[in-house]
Amino acid sequence: MTAMNRLLPQPLFSLFLLLVWLLLVNTIAPGHLVLGTLLAIALPLISSRFWPDRPRIHSPWKLLRYIAVLLWDIGLANLTVARLILGPTRRLHPAFIHLPLELENEFAIAVLASTISLTPGTVSSDLSPDRKTLLIHALDVEDEATTIATIKQRYERPLREIFESC
Amino acid sequence: MLDTLIALFLVIGGAFALIGSIGLARLPDLFMRLHGPTKATTLGVGGILIASVLHFSSRGDGLSLHELLVTLFLFITAPISAYLIARAMLHLRGDDKP
Repeated sequence: MTAMNRLLPQPLFSLFLLLVWLLLVNTIAPGHLVLGTLLAIALPLISSRFWPDRPRIHSPWKLLRYIAVLLWDIGLANLTVARLILGPTRRLHPAFIHLPLELENEFAIAVLASTISLTPGTVSSDLSPDRKTLLIHALDVEDEATTIATIKQRYERPLREIFESC
Repeated sequence: MLDTLIALFLVIGGAFALIGSIGLARLPDLFMRLHGPTKATTLGVGGILIASVLHFSSRGDGLSLHELLVTLFLFITAPISAYLIARAMLHLRGDDKP
């Protein structure tokens, strides 16, 4: 392990912490740049024990793309849910859906579950003990298979590429 | 001109927050009610925060971006609270296993 690796075990996490710090103090004064950098180096080192199964990000660009898609979908989700809420509630078809998971990394599953909760008409409600199935509640389902296929294609596949591809 | 834009974002944000709350009151069961607060409210808060960024950045004290963090933390916490409530409900109904 090189010195660089020991000092910065999670470079992206460190960069993220620095950004969060600068946003928190809402300035880019040199003093805060230094303090933020120190925090960005210290926090991952101190908290490294909390990350036994540290997620490896294989392609940061795909992650950025994923975030962009997610933000767009959250916007759409709001419109969809607003329409469903204001429309006649009797015509809704709420249902539980079992989503078979292909992801194995805990962190990736957590990201997928949160994504599902933030996107149109679905809230993730339970993960089976063997981490193979995610229970989702959907507000208005027309076709279960289509919903599953959409989630798999739109979110799970990119997440696999980001966190698990070798 | 900028004030109009800020007002517009405030109205959009307020409208979505209101719709989220209407959903909470109007939808028939707990699982359906979860959908309002997890989604409609995020855009509601988002709109108000964009208005805040525009307002405070235009006062000449430099760019104000720490509102972005509120959005970030909201996106991280909203799904978790929804998940907790759903889990608790499943547990109460007795079907723990999906």
